[in-house]
Amino acid sequence: MMTTLVAARVSLSPGRVGAVINRNVGALRSGPSYWIVLISGFFEPLLYLLSIGVGVGALVGDLNVDGHTMSYAAFVAPAMLAVSAMSGALAETTFNFFFKLKYMKTYEAVLATPVRPFEIAVGELVWAVARGSVYTVTFLGFMVAMGLTTVAGALAAFPATVLIGLAFGAVGMWVSTLMRGWQDFDLLGTGQFAMFLFSGTFSPVQDYPVGVEILIQLTPLYHAVELVRGLCTGIVGPGIVVNIAYLAVMVVGGLWLASRRVEKMLCV
Amino acid sequence: MTTETTAVTRVGDPPRLRPVVAVVERYLTLYRRLWQASVFSSFVLPILFLISIGIGVGGYVGSVEGVDYLSWIVPGVLVSTAFQICVGESTYPVLGDFKWVRAYHAMRAAPVSPKDIVHGHLIYMIFRVELSIAAFLLVVAFFGGLHSPWALATVPVCALLTAAVVTPVTAFAATIESDSYFALLFRFVVIPATLFSGVFFPVDQLPAAIRPVAYASPVWHAVELSRAATLGRAPGWPIVVHVGYLLLWAVVGLIAARRAFARRLED
Amino acid sequence: MADQSLIHARGLVKRFGDFTAVDGIDLEVAPGEAFGFLGPNGAGKSSTMRMIGCVSTPTAGELRILGMDPVRDGTRIRARLGVCPQLDNLDPDLSVRENLTTYARYFGVSRAEARTRADELLEFVQLSDRANGKVEPLSGGMKRRLTIARAMVNDPDLVLLDEPTTGLDPQARHLVWERLFRLKQRGTTLVLTTHYMDEAEQLCDRLVVMDGGKIVAEGSPRALIENYSTAEVVELRFADGLDSNAQYAAKLDGIGDRVDPLPDRVLLYADDGDEAMAEVHRRGLTPESVLVRRSTLEDVFLHLTGRTLVD
Repeated sequence: MMTTLVAARVSLSPGRVGAVINRNVGALRSGPSYWIVLISGFFEPLLYLLSIGVGVGALVGDLNVDGHTMSYAAFVAPAMLAVSAMSGALAETTFNFFFKLKYMKTYEAVLATPVRPFEIAVGELVWAVARGSVYTVTFLGFMVAMGLTTVAGALAAFPATVLIGLAFGAVGMWVSTLMRGWQDFDLLGTGQFAMFLFSGTFSPVQDYPVGVEILIQLTPLYHAVELVRGLCTGIVGPGIVVNIAYLAVMVVGGLWLASRRVEKMLCV
Repeated sequence: MTTETTAVTRVGDPPRLRPVVAVVERYLTLYRRLWQASVFSSFVLPILFLISIGIGVGGYVGSVEGVDYLSWIVPGVLVSTAFQICVGESTYPVLGDFKWVRAYHAMRAAPVSPKDIVHGHLIYMIFRVELSIAAFLLVVAFFGGLHSPWALATVPVCALLTAAVVTPVTAFAATIESDSYFALLFRFVVIPATLFSGVFFPVDQLPAAIRPVAYASPVWHAVELSRAATLGRAPGWPIVVHVGYLLLWAVVGLIAARRAFARRLED
Repeated sequence: MADQSLIHARGLVKRFGDFTAVDGIDLEVAPGEAFGFLGPNGAGKSSTMRMIGCVSTPTAGELRILGMDPVRDGTRIRARLGVCPQLDNLDPDLSVRENLTTYARYFGVSRAEARTRADELLEFVQLSDRANGKVEPLSGGMKRRLTIARAMVNDPDLVLLDEPTTGLDPQARHLVWERLFRLKQRGTTLVLTTHYMDEAEQLCDRLVVMDGGKIVAEGSPRALIENYSTAEVVELRFADGLDSNAQYAAKLDGIGDRVDPLPDRVLLYADDGDEAMAEVHRRGLTPESVLVRRSTLEDVFLHLTGRTLVD
């Protein structure tokens, strides 16, 4: 009985997942506003890269990380990329997802059709990552053009950014189902920003006191940054397995919890 | 009382205090309910930022213009925090009070003129910014980030920056219909102004062709003045130029904001 | 019988914690029927509808929709249902037509087919001229018609309508009723909830009266009125009303089948209203106003529960 229920919960029809994504494509066409937000999103990580990577980088000079010497821009760029993959997916699965869940009642209408909560979660996640990937691909293009990584490094890093998008998107979706109101988004934003500052983004985590370093290694963005930096710089150690496993658990766990919450909220 | 309510405001009338005070009070009432949430964005995050960039990255930088990187970046982060608060409070909340809450229409139905609303909002904003700035200065002083009693001059500098930023941004918010335009404002104006106005690295490092863009930004002038103040040295340009430029923004912005409010509240 | 029924329920129960919303009901809805749940707010109508719509799991009892088990075959059942919820949940990000085409995709309808159906349905609910417009500026009645069109987009075997005209003005209600009547004529099976007796009388072939999670009566509107009320009702209002209505009721005792004192009026149930009035005057009573009317489902409900439907 239990196994059939589990099977029913996670079995999904590609057509119905596609229909969930189709709704978002339709909304894109609804007006120029969404496009403006979407397209202008390109510039944000690029500006950060130029300001911190190149501007501050000129002050820093070269950096020595684990015995490898690299320019500060080459150190920061992969971290910016990981952050971009995270925020691209989160923008869709937190703010927009919450709005559709709580205010637009979009999913209430969808659940009256054959579509299941798990299919909604998967559809929204795939859409979020597809949207975020537009940014990461452009960003990787900038990085190659600026000589901050190789073409091979960019090709290896792209699937990693997809995994990061899936991981943060899935967990973000679950967190959105727990949100009480807009004020909780301030907390989420604060958490996101704190991770952005301290996940080895701007300076190596080894610089922090050991206790802080271990604490940081428990948070997700650290693993995302490590994974992308390793692939972009070509300095890959065995730790990459841990990074990937950590993110994979986020994908599976986040999706599972998110669809369960949607079911609990809307199918009572 | 009767003369007050029947009085007609003419161009050139002296500013009327009572309605402006009422507008400020309304904002303060709202702020009393929201200040806890704003502590994060206007105080905790800038401090974290300072730790991550100033101390973390600063360890690799050595010195900039003769001082350690943390001391150099403190006035920059201070001004960019004030800038963020100004923009944040003059975009969505202002458009919202026109469009969704319609609070301005409610004020207009009372004897409060569009001008009064603009002035009330600006006074409240200066209060808001100064509160965050004061808290920030205290913490930074405790960590030895201030090098001169002149640091107190950052208080009027931030007030001036607030006037220079809040007025044009509210004018913009009062003109647009869709909040999507804010995304454009953030990405093409606010973020570049934060990243390239001498907050994190000296503007001299920018390619010569781009430098004038930084000079045009009120943020750069406020950063220059604040940095001179916290380090206790004279700014690179004459103080009068910096102050005059900020004042120019404030005056033009104020005129634009009054016009935009009057036009929008006419219908 | 159960095999041909679109809805078959025995002892159906829905509990939320300690609260029992639906308290053991039996139902049987045949193809082509227009079936109604009549009851006040909180009677358990919407909870029942959500169980029938397979978005809410029954706590106890037996439920089969289209001959299938809603817990196991929810997806297959929903594929053949059309649902018009109580509160409109149209998609404001999409145009009027896109609301239909996008929804059709959830049922696996092809893009081309979805477009054809959307245009037909917009024609049917008289919204063709708004097809490319936004949803937001539509009036309440238009939105409800669009929601009804959306419920038809998969060509359902069974259409569920939860209070289809609540909150609409009289003219908009009549437009919705007229469209629903057309659906009924086409042979579509309709199941609706309402707390308006006129709506139930207009649309339903058969209905159940629900109160406190239980079914208190069942039958066609006509049969219910015949069984639980008289042909006519006389409404009497007395000048000094209020507290004394009970005393007037005592004086009216014996006229017609039944006398019901309400706070603002006294109801006199009789098969011949005029004859009853003559008797009232014979007893020397002079009400301030008199209304003789046909009996309605409201009277049935009042008789069954001692309470009015809409308060």
